[in-house]
Amino acid sequence: MDFRISAEQELVQKMVKDFAQREVAPTIKEWDRKQEMKPEILPRMAELGILGVCIPVRYGGQGMDYLTLGLVCEELEAVDTTLRVIMSVHTGLCSLGIFQWGSEDQKQNFLTPLASGAKYGAFGLTEPGVGSDVANLTASAKLDGDEYILNGEKTWISLATKAHTVLWFARTSESAKHPHAGICAFILDIDRDGVTTGDLHGKLGVRAGSTGWINCQDVRIPVGNRLGEEGEGFKIAMSCLDNGRYTVASGATGLIRACLDASVAYAKERQAFGKAIASFQLVQQKIARMAKDYEASRLLYMQSGWLKNQGIRNTRETSIAKWFATDASFEHASEAIQVHGAYGFSDEYDVERYMRNARGAMIYEGSSEIQTLIQAGYALGLREDASLRRELPAYDAEYWLAEK
Amino acid sequence: MAKSILVYVDHFDGKALPASWEALGAAQQLNQKFAGEITAVVVGHQKREIAEQAIAHGAQRVFLVDKEGLNHFRPEPYASVLSQILRDSEADIFLSPNTGRARELAAMVAVDLETGLSPDVIQLVLEDGVVSATRPIYAGKLFVKVRCADCTPQMFTLRGRAFPKQEPAPDAEGKIELVEVAFPEPVTHVIGYKESESGVSLSDAAVVVSGGRGVSNNPKLIAPQDITDEKEKEIWRAQQGFKLIQDLARVLDAAVGASRAAVDAGYVPYAHQVGQTGKVVSPDLYIACGISGAIQHLAGMRTAKTIVAINKDVNAPIFKLARFGVVGDLFEILPELTEVLRSKLGK
Amino acid sequence: MNIVVCVKQTPDTAATISIEEGKATWGDAPLVLNPWDEYAVEQAILTREELGGKVTALSLGPEEAREALKLALAMGCDEAILINDPLFESADTLIVSRALAAGIMKLGEVELVFFGRASVDSDSGVLGSQTARRLGWPSISWAAAISHHEGAIEVERMIDEGRQVVRSSLPAVISVVKEINEPRYPSFMGIRKASKAEIPTWSAESIGIDGSLSPAVTWPEMFAPQVKSAECEFIAGQSAQEIAEGLADRLIAEKVI
Repeated sequence: MDFRISAEQELVQKMVKDFAQREVAPTIKEWDRKQEMKPEILPRMAELGILGVCIPVRYGGQGMDYLTLGLVCEELEAVDTTLRVIMSVHTGLCSLGIFQWGSEDQKQNFLTPLASGAKYGAFGLTEPGVGSDVANLTASAKLDGDEYILNGEKTWISLATKAHTVLWFARTSESAKHPHAGICAFILDIDRDGVTTGDLHGKLGVRAGSTGWINCQDVRIPVGNRLGEEGEGFKIAMSCLDNGRYTVASGATGLIRACLDASVAYAKERQAFGKAIASFQLVQQKIARMAKDYEASRLLYMQSGWLKNQGIRNTRETSIAKWFATDASFEHASEAIQVHGAYGFSDEYDVERYMRNARGAMIYEGSSEIQTLIQAGYALGLREDASLRRELPAYDAEYWLAEK
Repeated sequence: MAKSILVYVDHFDGKALPASWEALGAAQQLNQKFAGEITAVVVGHQKREIAEQAIAHGAQRVFLVDKEGLNHFRPEPYASVLSQILRDSEADIFLSPNTGRARELAAMVAVDLETGLSPDVIQLVLEDGVVSATRPIYAGKLFVKVRCADCTPQMFTLRGRAFPKQEPAPDAEGKIELVEVAFPEPVTHVIGYKESESGVSLSDAAVVVSGGRGVSNNPKLIAPQDITDEKEKEIWRAQQGFKLIQDLARVLDAAVGASRAAVDAGYVPYAHQVGQTGKVVSPDLYIACGISGAIQHLAGMRTAKTIVAINKDVNAPIFKLARFGVVGDLFEILPELTEVLRSKLGK
Repeated sequence: MNIVVCVKQTPDTAATISIEEGKATWGDAPLVLNPWDEYAVEQAILTREELGGKVTALSLGPEEAREALKLALAMGCDEAILINDPLFESADTLIVSRALAAGIMKLGEVELVFFGRASVDSDSGVLGSQTARRLGWPSISWAAAISHHEGAIEVERMIDEGRQVVRSSLPAVISVVKEINEPRYPSFMGIRKASKAEIPTWSAESIGIDGSLSPAVTWPEMFAPQVKSAECEFIAGQSAQEIAEGLADRLIAEKVI
């Protein structure tokens, strides 16, 4: 097994790190306080090609592999979770969803501008009354000639007010045998008549990001905007989550690293009882645990990335990676505050923001409880991956890098 | 064993740079050990006055090169002139200030004479008949002893404020020798010049007052309503903060410095940056305001004789280097400090 | 226009440098492209974008220095060459300038050479001028802005006293300061190219330098700066004015001002 990353991946990592360190880190506290996303961030990530990192060049992307997507997310979340959230919804959920399930026309029309960063993508699954029980979603889609009419509201949508393209999930049939069989996915352009959006404020974390709601009121959308077949929506949503969770897992790994780095630096610097606090074993223990979980999280997401590159289904592995890394990141952010003492409790240092940011990832893209049930299901033989009509294609450098 | 020392006198706009007199001071220190001869070199056009000053500052002899074609400093012809003088005079040791001009000149002369050059030296000692120099590397994180045992001449450029400035003695005697040296036509031409508006120069300043990113964080300031852009508001707040720094600097005849974070954020021009990728300073007094003390910044000012830090975070690394520390709000402390010093210093 | 940019690999500026067995070490801190050289690389690429031609990144250093050259390629340089030879192991600037000048001559028809102001490790800041002298080309140091005029350049220089504008013919050697540009990040296209690029190694012999080279300057001893032992004396008080008074009194008592 080769755990080394390539020279190419190393350069991408460095580029993304430099971007986050130079252009985001210096002002992140102010934007976090303001509860707004710094306006330059999305255009810069687009310009640098980060938004389309693992999409083939022929669809406007940069042609890197899936592992690089994880490495990028790790670097981004090591500075701020909101940067990684962009990758989760724009790249992981929306772009890769269209890449996996879209027709050639849909890829040309919708994926290309997303991958090049000309447009931003979002993912509309969660509703005000529907979270973990996705199959019971209430947004509706009614076929009317060669158009669907969409109605309903989605909430907790990252980039709701920034995105141009949303993967929208709605119910086309009330009479399907199972509720999940009546769901259908759509590629919704947000500038259609009847679409309204807004931001949500007052979140505990990811305050420098954009989270909001999207409402559809009799929105007419051509049949050609339907992603996959009628009734395939649930499977599409779940397969998108395999990619979204992967970005959350790799990002949370970056957050653990940030906690570790901050704690090590502070523990060496801060004196108590006449010695650097790094010399005290109870502080050492916290740091050692951070190091351990960082390593484990990294290996777990790298495994997922490797499976994706091979074209092997990775729902189970990715769910473990997400569950493990997000729980660990919250624990270690809290411990990092403990290492920093009262200073950690103030926004003078970054660690309090780490903790607030880490908390959300235990809820979104499958709460820790859902991940627990998924793992129990696999372990007890109650759950099996059904094959999909379209799997995420294995990474093939030649295909990914070819112009056309 | 008598050795001859040649000291290059750097000048600009008709005035000798004070750092040149430090080089003459260093020459005298060395000369106490080997009773040789100290010769200053002044190159330019109509610079006899500077040659006379060099004698007042301890040169026993001055080689004066006076050519219209050498009116503006250009490294190429100046280097040719200096190389020829060094060859002819068979000097053992060459000293010059580490100004931008003199360092470039020394670099070229070292190539002409295939001899060793130690730039940016902070100490010179005589060991076994050979001068050995100490200079900082890695921006002062380490020091290195430099030897160029078999070199003739041994060349050193001296960091500003590292050697005692020779006080002028008006009755000092020495002779000025007009030297004729051929030199090539300059290949580059000076076609414009604008003096910097930054006041006291950072490298020469005895006192430096520096501001960091924290200078923009005055919560009591509300930007004027016609500034709507957030970034512009931040810069406006930072400029108000830097005004407090400038006020204090004025009272102390100090230069204004800044951390890289403050420069990168666009608060002040790069010319003010102190640190590893900015200017390295060693003033008598360095007052750091709202600077936490990133390792790169410390590298640029750690050799200051006395460091004062004003910061609201008691854990800021800057306090580890500081002789005096104030934990508090710089926006409250600085105006008071300026006022107190103004009255105590009678300004 | 054939453009060369001379670069060096250095430890990251955030690294803690210490001494081990008489040599400087930086633990596991990363090696990077010398920060000053990023501006030189950017300027070389900007010049090519304006005038056309080719940019070659040239470095003298150990095998690992390839990483710095790769970054230069990823930023957009067309080619990179590493000058590496056991002969250069303890080279001083006299030797390095000789090798770089020989490399530039071997490349042929070079019109512009860019350097960063200095390297953040040895911090000599003389290599550009020395290489220019070896080549017999004009040296224009501390460049903050460059404009091109039919085979000549006008350069705004940041000198100690202010800004000076200098006109020069080509070929010329320019060392740049930070104000000249904002270095770009490597692009994905550049990264793909860089990771596949062959970086040839030139030996001393291949650039016409042979025999034994003994450096004129040696570094027989390195030492760490003495840690200031004086504890920080904190000045406290009931009000800002009281603190200011206290600080001023201490500074005056200690004859600091």
